[in-house]
Amino acid sequence: MTGLWAVLITTFLASAVEAIEMVTIVVGVGATRGWRSTLIGAASGFGVLAVVVVVLGAALSRVPIGPLRLIVGALLLTFGLQWFRKGIMRVAARGLAGIGGQDPHEAAEWTGPGMDWTAWFLAFKGVVLEGLEVAFIVVTFGAGANQLGVAVIGGVGAIIVVGGIGLALHQTVRRIPRSLLQLIVGILLSTFGTFWAIEGLGIDWPGGDAAIPLLLVLYVATALTYIALERNRALGLRPAA
Amino acid sequence: MPPPFSWIVAVAKFLYDFIVGDDWTVAAAVGIGLILSAILNANHIVAWWLIPVIVVGMLGVSLRRASRRSR
Repeated sequence: MTGLWAVLITTFLASAVEAIEMVTIVVGVGATRGWRSTLIGAASGFGVLAVVVVVLGAALSRVPIGPLRLIVGALLLTFGLQWFRKGIMRVAARGLAGIGGQDPHEAAEWTGPGMDWTAWFLAFKGVVLEGLEVAFIVVTFGAGANQLGVAVIGGVGAIIVVGGIGLALHQTVRRIPRSLLQLIVGILLSTFGTFWAIEGLGIDWPGGDAAIPLLLVLYVATALTYIALERNRALGLRPAA
Repeated sequence: MPPPFSWIVAVAKFLYDFIVGDDWTVAAAVGIGLILSAILNANHIVAWWLIPVIVVGMLGVSLRRASRRSR
C-alpha cells in the first residue's frame, strides 16, 4: 500500500513539473494570439500523444528524448527570441499604460477566419514534448515499481490539476497588456527553449531543473536592462525644446 | 504557380517567418551557438553558459539594429 502511494505521489509531482511547463506555454500563447487555434493545437498535441502512447506503450522509454528536446528547444528559442525582442521594443516605446490592444502596432490577436498556425504550432509542440516527458515518467516509474495503472493515474491527474489551474487563471492572464504579455511569453519560451536545447545536446545544467528559474531571472533582468537602454536611446533622440 | 509547388512555397515561407522572423542573424547565432556548445561538450569543456550569453548579446545587437532601422 505504501508503495502504491509512493508511486502515485512521485508520478503526480514529477508529472506536475512537466505539466506546469506545458500549461505555461499553452496559456501564454492563447492569451497572446487567441484561444481557438491554441486550443486546437493543444488538442492536436494530445491526440498525437495518445496515438504515440497507445502504439508504443512500454517501448516509449526507448524513444530518444535528447534529439527531440534539441529540436523543440531550438525552435522555441529562435521563435521566443522574436517575441522577446518585439516585447522589449514595444514596452520600451509605450510603457505599460495605454497598450490594451488599441494600438495597431501591437502584436494582434488572430482575427482571421482560418487557423492561426503560429499559435497552433507552439501549443502543439509544447503539449507533445511535455506530454511525452510525462509519458516517460509514468512508464519509467510505473514499470519500475510494477504499478503502471497507479502511475498513469498520477500522470494524468497532474495534467488535469495543473491544466485546471491554468484554465482558472486564463482570465487573469487576459487582463495583462498585450505588449507586456508578448514580452513575458517571449521570455518564457526563450527560457524553456534554452533549457531544452542545451539538455538535448546532452549537456547537464548546474542544479538540473533548478536552472530554469535562474535562467528566467537572467532573462527578466536582461529585458529590464534593454527596456531602460531603449528608453534612454529614445529620449536621447528627442530634439531639445 | 500550380498547387503542389505553391503549397510547398507557402509552407516554406511560413516556416521561415515562424522560425527565423525578421532578423535572420539571431536564428543564425542560436544555430552556431548550439554547434559550438556541442563541440565544447564533446571536448569535456563546460558549455551550458554559451547559449544564455548569446541570447543576451544577440538581443542587444538585434535591438540596436531595429532601432537604427526605425530612425
